[in-house]
Formats: sequence, C-alpha cells, structure tokens
Amino acid sequence: MGPFVPDIITNEMNLVVAFLLGIAFGAVLEQAGFSSSRRLAGLFYGYDFTVLRVFFTAAVTAMLGVIFLGYFGYLDTDIIYVNPMFLGPAIVGGAIMGVGFILGGYCPGTSIVAASIGKKDAIAFVSGGILGVFVFGELFPLYDGFYASGALGPIRVFDSLGMSQGVFVLLLILVAVGAFAATTWIEKRVNPESPARAWPRRAHALAGAGLVALGIVALFIPDRKTLLVDESRSAEFQRSHPIAMMTADELAFRIIDRDPRLVIVDVRTALDSTATILPGSVNIPPGALFGKQYAGLLGMRHEERVFVDRDGSAARNAAFLALRLGYDNVRVLEGGVAAVDSTILGFTPSHPPRSRDEADTFRFRTEAKPVLAQMIREYRARASAPPPAVKKISGGC
Amino acid sequence: MNTKYMNPYLAGVLLGLVLLLTIYLTGRGLGASGALKSVVVAGVQTASPNHLESSPFYREFAGAHEGSPLKQWLVFEVAGVLFGGFLSGVVSRRLTWVTEKGPRATTGLRMVMAVLGGALFGAGAQFARGCTSGAALSGMAVLSSGGFLTMIAIFGSGYLVAYFFRRLWI
Repeated sequence: MGPFVPDIITNEMNLVVAFLLGIAFGAVLEQAGFSSSRRLAGLFYGYDFTVLRVFFTAAVTAMLGVIFLGYFGYLDTDIIYVNPMFLGPAIVGGAIMGVGFILGGYCPGTSIVAASIGKKDAIAFVSGGILGVFVFGELFPLYDGFYASGALGPIRVFDSLGMSQGVFVLLLILVAVGAFAATTWIEKRVNPESPARAWPRRAHALAGAGLVALGIVALFIPDRKTLLVDESRSAEFQRSHPIAMMTADELAFRIIDRDPRLVIVDVRTALDSTATILPGSVNIPPGALFGKQYAGLLGMRHEERVFVDRDGSAARNAAFLALRLGYDNVRVLEGGVAAVDSTILGFTPSHPPRSRDEADTFRFRTEAKPVLAQMIREYRARASAPPPAVKKISGGC
Repeated sequence: MNTKYMNPYLAGVLLGLVLLLTIYLTGRGLGASGALKSVVVAGVQTASPNHLESSPFYREFAGAHEGSPLKQWLVFEVAGVLFGGFLSGVVSRRLTWVTEKGPRATTGLRMVMAVLGGALFGAGAQFARGCTSGAALSGMAVLSSGGFLTMIAIFGSGYLVAYFFRRLWI
C-alpha cells in the first residue's frame, strides 16, 4: 500500500526518487511546449490554450488516479500530503503570482524547463524568483501576521463547497470538457495557425465522453471504509469467518508466560489513567486498521492477535474488520478487559471449588492475581505515552 | 526551432500520471517554488548565519525542514526537472540560446519584465505556500481547497491584468 516513504523508500532514497520523478516532470513539460513563454502567455490572450488543456487534463488524471488507488486500497489516502488552506494569503499570493505570470511569461516550474533548453528570459525569471523570495524574507516582519492568517488546515474542496467528493469530481470533469470545447472554438477564431485546427473532432468527442464516464463511475464509488465495515458486520461474513474467543484465564496465562506469539490489540479509544492496560498490548483505534501504520504488526504470520476492549463488543467488530481486511489468526477476548479485572485481578472465590477443574482454575487465578497486577504496574510505568497519532506525510513547496 | 510539441491532452495525461506516481510512491505532490526558497536559505546561511537565526522567515524554514537547506526533496526534484527538460530539448532538437518575447517587445524590456515577473512569482508563492505546480496542480490532485483557491487566484489575476501588458506578447 502506498506511499512507500519512509519505510520502504528511506528518506535518503526519496531524494533519488525525487530526482527521477523530476526528470519525468521536466521532460513532459518540455514536450508539451511549456518551455516557451509565448505559448504559456497565449492562455491569457486567447491564441494558445495549451496550458489549460494540459493543466486540466493532468489535474483530472491525477485526481481520478488518487481516488481509484485509494478505493482499491493501494494508496493510504489518510496520510498523503494535502496542502493546507491559508485563506487571505492564498488569494493575495495567487493574485501576485498571476501578475508575475503575465509579466514574466512563466511560472517557476516552467521557467526551469525553459532555462534548461536555453531560453535567456527563463534564466532571468529564475533569477528574479530567487530575488523575490529573498526580498520577501527581508520584509517578512511587515506582514508576518497576514502570512499566518486564515489557517484552516488541509481542508478538501468538496467539503468547503458542501458536496460529496464524487459529485465535485464529476462537475469538475464536466467543466473541463466544456472548457476544452469552448477554448478550442475560441482558439480557432483568434489564431489561424492554431495547432487545434489539425485535430479530428471525433477523437475529441470520444475522449470527452470517456472522461465523463470515469467521473460518473467515481461518483458511485462508495467510501471504501464504509464498504469494508459494512461487509465485516454482515451476518454471512461473520458466519463464514467464525472467531474463536479467548477467555480471561487463557489470556492471563499467556501474558504471565510471556508467550511470544501473542499480540494484544487494544481498540479502546478513551483510555484514562484508571483503565487496566494489559502488558504488551498495542493501542490501535479501529480507524487505524485501514491504513499502513500497523499493517506490519497485524500481518505477522506466526502470531496470534487477540482484540480486547472494555467489555467485548467493540473488539468483536474490530476483529471482524481485521479479518475482512485480510489479516488472520484473529481472536477476541471474551468479556473484554472487564473480565480480566473481575475474574483475575479481583479474584475472590465465593465458594470452595466444586471440581478438580475448578480447583485448578481457582489456584491459577489466586497465583496469577499478584503476578499479573505487578506486570500491569510495570508496563504502565514504562509505556505511559499516548498512542502515536497517525503520521502524515509532509510536503509543500 | 522545432515547435512540433506533443498533443496537449496526451501531455496532460502523462503529466497527471507522473504526478500520480509521485503521490503513490512518496505521499506528496510535485513542486517548484520551494526549491527557490531552499537556494535563498542556503545563500543566506552561507553569507550570514546570524541573519538566518534572527529572521523568523528563515527560522520557520529551518523548523520545517531538517538538514541542510539544499538537501531537500524539492531541490532534487527541480534538479531533475532541469535535466529532464534538457533531455527533451535534445531529443526534440529544441536547444537554443534566445530571448523569447512578443513581436512588439524589445529584448531589454522582455528581460526586465522576466526578472520582475519572477520576483513577483517568488514572493507570491511564499504567501500561497506554493506555485502553479506545488499548490495548484498538486493541490487539485488531492482536492485541497487551498490548491483550488490559489489556482483561481493566479489565473483570475492573470486575466485581469493581461490587457495592460499585451504589448509584451501580442
């Protein structure tokens, strides 16, 4: 499941990956003609809409790709970088950049590409860019308040507009296809040498229709997580994937015995200082089961995972979800941590044992009670940190 | 110069795939202006480390980026862009040494405007936390509101002022 940084692709390796991806980026931009300031500026004067076509197509392609990869579980879309919104600065910064585009004829990315093939004006632009950043930095105290204002975090555009992701993507595709048609019409009238004149209309209509079709498919893609949770809770799934319960006695025994094959997954979300924390347990809130963070822990072949919660109900759901996600060797602690509290830690025999088995059980519990209590105290002293928040990828420009 | 460029829709799909691959592998999108900032920070650091310490702008950079300012993802990516563009120029026989400008503009005017335009872009990208590649394009790919707003602001403002600078281009 992507992204593969930082576990499979180390931070150092990531720099090499960046270089290689940059080569592809630069090559495509140059092939598209973004190494020409006149061509770029043509967008604003109606004689060359290449920028619009490339930009919109690229955005829609990548957007659909992220959605589909996320849906099929190939990309953990919870941790990818989403650039944050700074309301005022985005508008003001964008406005300044727009003027820069008209005056300079480039944007930073395209200026690098153009400079690479020897456009002197692009080299001037890059130099200007460095100068601009420097002056910005020197005058920073004048607007540092404004710079940090309007911080709304990594909000998504469909949320801001109050619609679902699918509806927004479809609308965007419709706008894009409409814009392609309209600008082709404009370009043919403004520019007699427009490259658009050479293209067959049939191919365009097909491509446009194909794109809209993809958008409609994306519209009906249900949220993957909801889908998986619903499936894991269906009666037939649970019937065909029975889970063996584990008694508090067995768990206590294996904890004291320090069974190396045991993995305790604690799915409680609100642990206070009085809650019993089982030694060796890992606190995984159910939402984190979908992502990459604990995939290694949950996927270990020869280990047995027992899901625990306060009293058993939430752990059952989490366990079935884990099964649905493809993890195996999953069990549930019967009665939850409450059962451990009452039957082991709070064990006081209410009557003499009525059979050999019961005598053994009572003896075990009597001996286990102080040992387990001590282990719990020691574990709590060592592991006092709250569960780590899901680590998101940082990015930015 | 060979101006037979690739079909823009094809180029757009390829560009989208490169961006998608980037997000898939690294979890982040493409960018460009951040590399300019890295160069500035590295320059200031070399010329006057004291100045670096005393300015909140440079301190913020140091806080968000561990290690040397030039050993950053975007710097390596932009180095790749430079190389990739060059390769494409070689293959398509577009290597040149000219100042591109509109028919009514002088070379001198064009060069001055290029520097000015670059400076505005450099400064604007600081406010918006990115440029057309980093904030707008990559932002749109992950459906960020910041990305869309920045894009609208860039192109909206461009259209508003285009008329007044038409002598540069047409």
